[in-house]
Amino acid sequence: MSGLGPHAGFILASYAAVAVVLGGLVASVLLDHRAQKRALAELEQRGAGRRAERESP
Amino acid sequence: MAGLIDLANPTRFMRLSAVLLPWLTGVAGVLLSVGFYLAWFVAPADYQQGETIRIMFVHVPAAWLAMMFYTMMTLSALGTLVWRHPLADVAQKAAAPIGAAFALICLLTGAFWGKPMWGTYWVWDARLTSMLVLLLIYLGIMALWRTLDEPSQAGRAVAILTLVGFVNVPIIKFSVDWWNTLHQPASVLRLDGPTIHPSMLWPLLILAVGFTLMALTLHLVAMRAEIMRRRVRTLTILEAERLDRLAAGSAPA
Repeated sequence: MSGLGPHAGFILASYAAVAVVLGGLVASVLLDHRAQKRALAELEQRGAGRRAERESP
Repeated sequence: MAGLIDLANPTRFMRLSAVLLPWLTGVAGVLLSVGFYLAWFVAPADYQQGETIRIMFVHVPAAWLAMMFYTMMTLSALGTLVWRHPLADVAQKAAAPIGAAFALICLLTGAFWGKPMWGTYWVWDARLTSMLVLLLIYLGIMALWRTLDEPSQAGRAVAILTLVGFVNVPIIKFSVDWWNTLHQPASVLRLDGPTIHPSMLWPLLILAVGFTLMALTLHLVAMRAEIMRRRVRTLTILEAERLDRLAAGSAPA
């Protein structure tokens, strides 16, 4: 802390903000990706993908 | 152009991005680790700003990325409106939250730097205000995506808003030259070369490339999720129609 001088709180707050915003962004992107992958796998398992391909012209 | 458009079909994109993602993640991780090490343990304190110079190492790349992602969205908007390319509005939709996150980081870290250096967290000068406007445009675009159910319809509406909003990007860049602002003028991207000492410039550039690769990695993952979401939507509609037909066929006349 003392190595960061008198404005250590502002420096640490900046890096905390970066960690929170980027952490939230990474988590939301990865969770959304996982949710879509699961939903698609479920539909494919029920045969929706094969039926759609058969019925498409 | 036609060849480029053919290359960017969703199936090819899913295959190519699956190969690229581990490499991009690895290189971004290495660059961010090296960049943060240099920024924290090698770069000296500034003779005027002291240790608060450490804030610049995240503030500046965040500002660049917020503008870069908006520029990418504008090019995608052209792809949507002119070529009606299916990947263009996928790319545009996936980019908005990432650009918004970097605009928010830029504003927050700028405020934490401003208080000890300027004596205030916020001032309504042209650079700060135009960056706030960029964040608001990002949020408006994200909201507009949610108001229309049909992705291609939403894509066209968002593309028009994105093109109109692009006028703000050069205003952000040149605001410090056009108006008398509290925010200092550019010190890296200048015609006469950077005015930062190499001991601070190198960590900044390495972190900028690292954050860019990280953002592009997230963009690819978000695009893959969006392509799957559209596939799920189409299959769900087809399934619902099939069940409707079955129900109608088995219903008594």
